[in-house]
Amino acid sequence: MNFILKINKISLKAQRYIFFLFIIVFSIGIVEALILSPSDYKQSDSVRIMYVHVPSAWTSVGIFSVIAILSLGNLIFKNKYFLTIAKSLAPSGLIFNIIALVTGSIWGKPTWGTWWAWDARITSMLVLCIFYILYILSWRVFEHKENLSKVTSIISLLGLINLPIIKFSVEWWATLHQSASIKLTGSSIHSSMLLPLFIMTAAFVLFSILIFLMKYNTELIKIKNKGLDRI
Amino acid sequence: MIYEIILMNGYGIYVWSSFMFTFICFIGLYLKIKSQLIKEQEKFKAKYFDLTEEETQAVIKQKTYRDILAFTNISKI
Repeated sequence: MNFILKINKISLKAQRYIFFLFIIVFSIGIVEALILSPSDYKQSDSVRIMYVHVPSAWTSVGIFSVIAILSLGNLIFKNKYFLTIAKSLAPSGLIFNIIALVTGSIWGKPTWGTWWAWDARITSMLVLCIFYILYILSWRVFEHKENLSKVTSIISLLGLINLPIIKFSVEWWATLHQSASIKLTGSSIHSSMLLPLFIMTAAFVLFSILIFLMKYNTELIKIKNKGLDRI
Repeated sequence: MIYEIILMNGYGIYVWSSFMFTFICFIGLYLKIKSQLIKEQEKFKAKYFDLTEEETQAVIKQKTYRDILAFTNISKI
């Protein structure tokens, strides 16, 4: 419980610091991505789309994993804070998912010659987007109802099944989307491109933390507002 | 140099639209969540000032309320 109280305290105070840190890291990342990093020998400058597409896809998948784990935690431990934290993570996860889909589509036009293909990786990312939308909608539809936690948990746990499909789709099926360039065993990307990629990833993670803290703070005040009504 | 950055070997339209879209999404989400937060803070302020003296004392004793009150700079505390 101490951990939850610590999160509450941090959510109230850390926003400003995270915001400034995000601005600094994002600015460095933008300069690295658009100016300092080299163009690709094959894809030329269109490779720069990678610096927004890949971090947003990673962050989106990562956030949904956390939401699913928290939902599972709520089902086991019956802790309402798990659900509040999961709810606060969802908006940034959805936005990152949309960014990944749209920038991927923009990247697809010069690279593959098409805006969209019903490719396994792209389609599974679209399915994740649908799970995000269902998750957020369920909070609106089932608010004040007892089965809200069950519905949101079921949606997130069903969505969890989709995550390994996203990850391994490029290996299981013949896809238009390229296979992973960065693995636990190493990377096929040159360090001059890897550095801006990691800086932009750090910036995106910071932004999702900022949005999470703001949303979580909003949810806490909402709960307290309901509490004031009862005094 | 500037033209090179803008044109990006003919891929400028794709690269810049991707970055602009990301930037617009960030600003849009930030403003949306910020407005929700401000709305709830204002609601809290309004409700808090409607409380009687005894009710206010009861609220001040609770730690989580104290944190919110400190964060929203409500002078009644």
